[in-house]
Amino acid sequence: MSANFAALLYLVSGALFIMALRGLSSPATSRQGNMYGMVGMAIAILTTLATMHLSPMVIGLVALGLGIGAVIGGTAAKKIAMTAMPQLVAAFHSLVGLAAVFVALAAFYAPEAFHIVVDGLIQPISRIEMSLGAAIGAITFTGSIIAFLKLDGRMSGAPIMLPGRHVINIALGVALVACIVLFYMSPVWLWFWLIIAISLALGFLLIVPIGGADMPVVVSMLNSYSGWAAAGIGFTLHNTALIITGALVGSSGAILSYIMCKGMNRSFVSVILGGFGGESAGPAAQGEAKPVKQGSAEDAAFIMKNAASVIIVPGYGMAVAQAQHALREMGDHLKKEGVSVKYAIHPVAGRMPGHMNVLLAEANVPYDEVFELEDINSDFGQADVAFVIGANDVTNPSAKDDPQSPIYGMPVLEVWKAKTVMFIKRGMSSGYAGVDNPLFWRDNTMMLFGDAKKMTEGINKAMD
Amino acid sequence: MEAIDPFVSLFGIFVLAVFVGYYVVWNVTPALHTPLMSVTNAISSVIVVGAILAVGVGALASGSVVAMIFGFLALILASINIFGGFMVTSRMLAMYKKKDK
Repeated sequence: MSANFAALLYLVSGALFIMALRGLSSPATSRQGNMYGMVGMAIAILTTLATMHLSPMVIGLVALGLGIGAVIGGTAAKKIAMTAMPQLVAAFHSLVGLAAVFVALAAFYAPEAFHIVVDGLIQPISRIEMSLGAAIGAITFTGSIIAFLKLDGRMSGAPIMLPGRHVINIALGVALVACIVLFYMSPVWLWFWLIIAISLALGFLLIVPIGGADMPVVVSMLNSYSGWAAAGIGFTLHNTALIITGALVGSSGAILSYIMCKGMNRSFVSVILGGFGGESAGPAAQGEAKPVKQGSAEDAAFIMKNAASVIIVPGYGMAVAQAQHALREMGDHLKKEGVSVKYAIHPVAGRMPGHMNVLLAEANVPYDEVFELEDINSDFGQADVAFVIGANDVTNPSAKDDPQSPIYGMPVLEVWKAKTVMFIKRGMSSGYAGVDNPLFWRDNTMMLFGDAKKMTEGINKAMD
Repeated sequence: MEAIDPFVSLFGIFVLAVFVGYYVVWNVTPALHTPLMSVTNAISSVIVVGAILAVGVGALASGSVVAMIFGFLALILASINIFGGFMVTSRMLAMYKKKDK
């Protein structure tokens, strides 16, 4: 196959990837979009094979590699619980990052194969491209591993603050730039390996101080990085499919990070600097003295059955307790009683963008009953019951009326406007931001203490 | 004027693709942000083309074995992502249903 024809086919595959993302603008077209993505990928792989000299050994190795990937990837995709999606995505990001590093290394050791040799040396522009690809890939790799460990609960979600970490990070950043410059001046292995080693350390240090509640930003940011790494490698390979994809993924992740930061009213810089959500143990204690109104599953069932409309606000606690199926059953019960049921999703509910929507979809909640914050906030005034399950900070009125609060200015779901607010919580602890929620002590609030799933099942039983 | 360096045209494609990505992704409904992440993850594994090239080159008699090993490792990692990413995305998308009318 001629190089020109191959380049055109790569362009087709890049265009199909754009269509794949376009499909996600609505659930109705999304499955078709995913199909476009798969076709684009198949075209890219087949085109690459068609341009190569295929010995039996190469065919064997490629088939083996793809086969191993299909088994591991396929098993992971089938077995993974929907509640564990954030850690799966983080794990996948780490693989893209490491693959970028490996491809850059392969290009370094066999530059003639990638047509980047001029006068016996790797050409200057390629030195920059592969350095950037390898560096961003390495940061993505270790950063995603840390994100995975935190999301999976194998490492504490609390921020880990190293002394002098900003100085260390700046020093490493300067050293990284210096190594890239040195590699540009003389493309020898020492500088290239140093670039990778420094970047690996940077990825680790950047994510370690970031707390669990900020993970939606981190996961989106790493998504973006994996894209930029792919684009860097794309330049080295002169491959348009890779460049287009890298640009798409890079901007997609950047937009998601922006949306998540806006959802928390925090600047991207403050998230990256880390440390948020570490002090949750402290300020909670003073609240214990005030009386709260506590209710049972039967009370909750009675009130909701007699309501005209109920808005359900799910949060990370629902995911942890795997309560989405019980919750949908509760919704069905209520609908049978003629109660209008809606779901309200805060942009940063959960541990990754769209986390709650996937869980509700898994539990067969129709997506036209699920609403975003802007679309539903005005409805709370007319609602009889706001049923908050596993969420806290995203309903905190302090964000609106207490300029002293650390979460002041964050957009929140105005659940307090409903006639009755119910909170399913394990105890009186504050949320991730470490702030008390004054709603707990209001007269029209009923606290339902217990595991989200058990409590919801209790309500279902009481409604039968 | 001398001929345009191929890097410049590739860079042009890159910049335009960033814009396309910007506008396309703003149109993605927030309900599908999780599948968006998993599908972008799957498509960024198109880096597999570099891995396959490296495997092919390393296998030549004159080629570098080190490059082949790195290529093969990258191939496995990218393949996990391709299959895992697309499959988990379609598993998720299959769950999004409209209300029965």
